[in-house]
Amino acid sequence: MSKTVPVHLRVNGVEHQLDAEPRLLLVHALRDHLGLTGTHVGCDTSNCGACTVHFNGQPVKSCTVLAVQADGVEVTTIEGMAKDGELHPLQEAFWNDHGLQCGYCTPGMIMAAAGLLERNPNPSEHEVRHALEGNLCRCTGYHNIVKAVLDAAKTKGATVSAQREVSA
Amino acid sequence: MIPAEFDYTAPASLEEAISALRQGGEDAKLLAGGHSLLPLMKLRLAAPSLLVDLRRVPGLAGVARGNGTWRIGALTPHAVLEHTPELGVVSAAAATIADPQVRNRGTIGGSLVHGDPASDLPAVMMACEASVTVQGPSGQRTIPALELFQGYMETALAADEVLTEVRMPVLDGWGFGYEKFNRRSEDWAMVAVSAVVNARDGTCEDVRVGLTNMGSVPLRAPAVEEALRGKQLDAESIAAAAEQAAEGTDPPADLNASAEYKRHLARVLCRRALEKAAGLSS
Repeated sequence: MSKTVPVHLRVNGVEHQLDAEPRLLLVHALRDHLGLTGTHVGCDTSNCGACTVHFNGQPVKSCTVLAVQADGVEVTTIEGMAKDGELHPLQEAFWNDHGLQCGYCTPGMIMAAAGLLERNPNPSEHEVRHALEGNLCRCTGYHNIVKAVLDAAKTKGATVSAQREVSA
Repeated sequence: MIPAEFDYTAPASLEEAISALRQGGEDAKLLAGGHSLLPLMKLRLAAPSLLVDLRRVPGLAGVARGNGTWRIGALTPHAVLEHTPELGVVSAAAATIADPQVRNRGTIGGSLVHGDPASDLPAVMMACEASVTVQGPSGQRTIPALELFQGYMETALAADEVLTEVRMPVLDGWGFGYEKFNRRSEDWAMVAVSAVVNARDGTCEDVRVGLTNMGSVPLRAPAVEEALRGKQLDAESIAAAAEQAAEGTDPPADLNASAEYKRHLARVLCRRALEKAAGLSS
């Protein structure tokens, strides 16, 4: 084993300190060292998007990031999406619309879709399909996935405007 | 897939990065976003002994405009270029790179020094007549994009030089088009054509055309440019000029396309890119 280096990770708001080989990939750090197995390894070649996590709020493929590169970065995984026992609107919508069959691609789909809604809260169907170009689903034909993202956008929009009304 | 073992350093200044690169010898590699290098390392097609990570070096990311020039930091990710529409053809081309996740990590500097003729930005930089600033142990120098790409995945940078910035003339008022053909949206271009056109009163004053994946290095299409310069900019003159797009090229056949098919694509995509640049199509 080559020399290890200290790696400081902040994942879903929790700080972790690892001693790891520099070649450790972020996805393996999350799964094997932190036990966060919701992030999946699919193709392992930055094509399929099953390993998508947020890196300072932006979706990235964690099979193509070294754990050391995440030093000082805010990482969010699928485990960090639900808040206070409430599912994230995207998780709720994937459930309601049955936006999955085997479920393997689902965490990556949700993380990629969350990146889209952050930038574009009211996307068209075309924009949703375009934003999910980096995520492959071999079961569903994408139909219910796209529907779920569009429905989540509506719910999320409703939540945000309700919060605005309350605070106003 | 796990990369072969390597040593790792993340220096806090450019000087330290250059010195680490120098001490690491020819097997040391710079790491920016890692979206060209890490896949090669995972496939064990590359096995650098040392990675010098630039993430802590300040001042290497960002887009700024001044004195008729765009300055783009080497660590600027493709997503930032994509969401800066004022960059014209550069923004249009960046928006087609791989997928959103890759565009959030991959950088312009990393893509250029990787020197892959199938990547989107190298030929676009040649069409825009950009130049790159590189810093080495003995100082700074500027390399025009037209002289940057020396061979397949080979650039004019020395092993101990760091590309720090891309400089590009502002092309306000120029029309542009970027046409890329691939089978899946994430794929590299089978062929892509970038075109920038400066027209006055319907006449083509100047035009530059870049070709992606039409040879072992990114290319310009001088025959197309000569055929169109000074001409009336209409569908007929564009179609005639675009017929020259594959002139003098020797594209490699690959899994996706024969050399003949790539030449055909170059002609069709060149016509479409020029029509867009001339405002004849959207």
